[in-house]
Amino acid sequence: MPLSWAFFASFLLAAAGYILGRSRAFATAGPDARALHSRPTYHGTSVGLMALLPSLGVLAVAAILRMAGVLTDETGPVVGILALVAAVIGLGLGVTRIGRQYQARNAVERMVLGLLMLCSLIAIVTTLGIVLSLVFETGRFFQVYDWKTFFFGTEWTPRFQGNSQLGILPLLWGTLYVSAIALLVAVPIGLFAAVYMSEYASRWVRGFVKPAIEVLAGIPTIVYGLFALITVGPLLRDYFAQPLGLGNSGTSVLTAGLVMGIMLIPFVSSLSDDIINAVPQSLRDGALGLGSTPSETVRQVVLPAALPGIVGAVLLAASRAIGETMIVVLGAGAAAQMSLNPLEAMTTITVKIVSQLTGDSDFNSPETLVAFALGLTLFVITLALNVVALIIVRKYREQYE
Amino acid sequence: MTDDPDHKPASLLQQDARTKARNAAEKRFRWYGIIAIAISMIALVVLLATILTAGAGAFRQTYLNIPVTLDPAVLDPKGNRDPAEMAKVLTLSYGRVLDAAVEATVARHGIRIEGLSDKDIDGLISKEASAQVRDRVLAEPDLVGQTVEFDVLTGGRIDGYFKGRVTMDSAARDSNTSPAQLQLAQELANRGEIVTRFNWNFLRLADASDQRPEAAGVGAAIVGSFYMMLVVLFLAVPIGVAASIYLEEFAPKNRWTDIIEVNISNLAAVPSIVFGILGLAAFINFAGLPQSAPIVGGLVLTLMTLPRIIIPTRAALKAVPPSIRDAALGVGASRMQSVFHHVLPLATPGILTGMILGLAQALGETAPLLLIGMVAFIRDIPSGLPQGLFDPASALPVQVYNWTQRSDPAFIERASGAIIVLLVFLLCMNVLAIWLRRKFERRW
Repeated sequence: MPLSWAFFASFLLAAAGYILGRSRAFATAGPDARALHSRPTYHGTSVGLMALLPSLGVLAVAAILRMAGVLTDETGPVVGILALVAAVIGLGLGVTRIGRQYQARNAVERMVLGLLMLCSLIAIVTTLGIVLSLVFETGRFFQVYDWKTFFFGTEWTPRFQGNSQLGILPLLWGTLYVSAIALLVAVPIGLFAAVYMSEYASRWVRGFVKPAIEVLAGIPTIVYGLFALITVGPLLRDYFAQPLGLGNSGTSVLTAGLVMGIMLIPFVSSLSDDIINAVPQSLRDGALGLGSTPSETVRQVVLPAALPGIVGAVLLAASRAIGETMIVVLGAGAAAQMSLNPLEAMTTITVKIVSQLTGDSDFNSPETLVAFALGLTLFVITLALNVVALIIVRKYREQYE
Repeated sequence: MTDDPDHKPASLLQQDARTKARNAAEKRFRWYGIIAIAISMIALVVLLATILTAGAGAFRQTYLNIPVTLDPAVLDPKGNRDPAEMAKVLTLSYGRVLDAAVEATVARHGIRIEGLSDKDIDGLISKEASAQVRDRVLAEPDLVGQTVEFDVLTGGRIDGYFKGRVTMDSAARDSNTSPAQLQLAQELANRGEIVTRFNWNFLRLADASDQRPEAAGVGAAIVGSFYMMLVVLFLAVPIGVAASIYLEEFAPKNRWTDIIEVNISNLAAVPSIVFGILGLAAFINFAGLPQSAPIVGGLVLTLMTLPRIIIPTRAALKAVPPSIRDAALGVGASRMQSVFHHVLPLATPGILTGMILGLAQALGETAPLLLIGMVAFIRDIPSGLPQGLFDPASALPVQVYNWTQRSDPAFIERASGAIIVLLVFLLCMNVLAIWLRRKFERRW
């Protein structure tokens, strides 16, 4: 942190500006502070911000230029002095403005509003950063590796001496297989749990079960991963795979899928709970009034009415499953293959991103750069699922509002 | 139903076949729900029970109590008790002193076991023990020449034997231990020389090499996680709250605001590993920040947590009724004043709850940290702030991942122990959030 002194100095200057501005305002006001347009603290704050913001701006621009390689480390002191000069000029300007008619409060509020707006832009900057870094590095990958082989290749054998086969299809297959099993577990369980809780459960049961299911949602994925590794994996191997002669691997698609399914239960159930509750009570009352049993009401009235929302929830859960990392890293294995046997180890896109980017990586070799192409694929798939799901959910909400 | 010609009106007291079928279907449907809930509850209980039983051992550790004669001829060859000179004596020499001490203890008790070799006796104690003794001697040079009682760590297999992980059968197949060694350990335990106690060092020490699981701890990982949480707290919370205030209170309803909002909800659903790729590309490769540093981890987690803080904060701001804003504006406050003086303080409990839950999520996140180099083997606890932010560090969930990748099963126990520590932190944060919500929640 070579410039931390400039950073702290600008804060000190700002504090000095605050005190100076405030006393100056009192002085101009004379005996009655009400003669001022704004209260003296606003005058102080305006001077302080006018000192702080320009120098922070200079430092931020310099930091970005430094990262982009335009500036070198030697320019550090110059930048620091420049920042302090900016702070002093801002402070001087602020102090000269103080007067009875000066609308200090409005000035402060404009500056604060600008800061708030800047903060809300960070979300956009993050998205841009993700897209740019992924696209840029993927572009470099496709310069050294044929894109057709990447998207349509059925073999994944990275070799660090070169001549690797980097086809995404086996990884995509593993990802979809694990996610499908996870959804097969999570959707029925989550949906039935949500239906039971919103339509049948007594207050007491709901008060106990709902927080318990939320606990499942709060458990970090690494815990599920360890659970897959030390409990579910060996269990499936010893009691299913080996007796049935389907393999003897401790890690398998089924292991990862089951555990991921458990992880997704609270996600599906809380989303479906919201959606089921959004179905108007009049529909239920109508069905019950015509003589249907509660289960008939749910199956023939509530669920069809909630169907679009539930489809949206399932899509969101699918996007979660596809992007999940730790459970598959510890539970699914590392063998890239396209097999139908759920008790065999297979691998996913996220596992390969981790394995290609950890350890010593050379950022010019296709074996490392492929991770960015995998990341971009993952990002596009999950983004598409999310966008479709959000549109469906939004449409559905409007329907009953 | 009355239009159905085949449907005869039945008695009110007797159910007809169709009603029976419908009622049975009703019952079945109810059972599906109960089964679904039971499965999720069983999953939760099994999950927690497995981790707790697997990890409980990490909090207990077996020590061997032996008198060690600190031979001056070996430990202080010059004889002047100068710590600088003595620091040149390698850990290896301390190992020889310790081996002699263990052999003497075994001889003193007169334990004779068939097939017991010298290697078995020396292997009783951990390789870490000599470093332990060396540190103590360098701190107090006057101990040299005396016979001092030491509680030294026993080897990982011996430790495992007293926790039930290693048995006579498994020892017979293991090249690192032997049934004779375990018998010797049992004899020593019967005589009260080997004891198992609470393992404070697990919470204090840093990671150890894959040969000595008994010396590995989560201390460095706790510090690393703490530093990252500090970064998240000081960046994500102010930025998130500021962004929410702008979007909720000031933003004009136009296309631009719509884009920001869609963006935030999409960011919340982007897989966490993608944030790791962003961190690698932006903070390490582009900005040149050091690998494995808490500052990079904190920045990545900040970007990831931002949307998860913005969404509940906006909900909390929205829950403050418009009459509060109207009243403030009515007595002459500006919009900014009405927000900062009235709306924000009233929304604080909701904001705090969202903030704590966001931090809890960030604390448990692993995948993005793997990509920014936090998997590296970290032997030292990071230094104090602010320099510590740039030191290589580990984090609790990453430490768990690290230990699962090692071959010695003793590390599975350590990994589960680390998870217990992590879960305790998460539990505290969640309880705090629930308490805040219960205590300060206002319904308007």
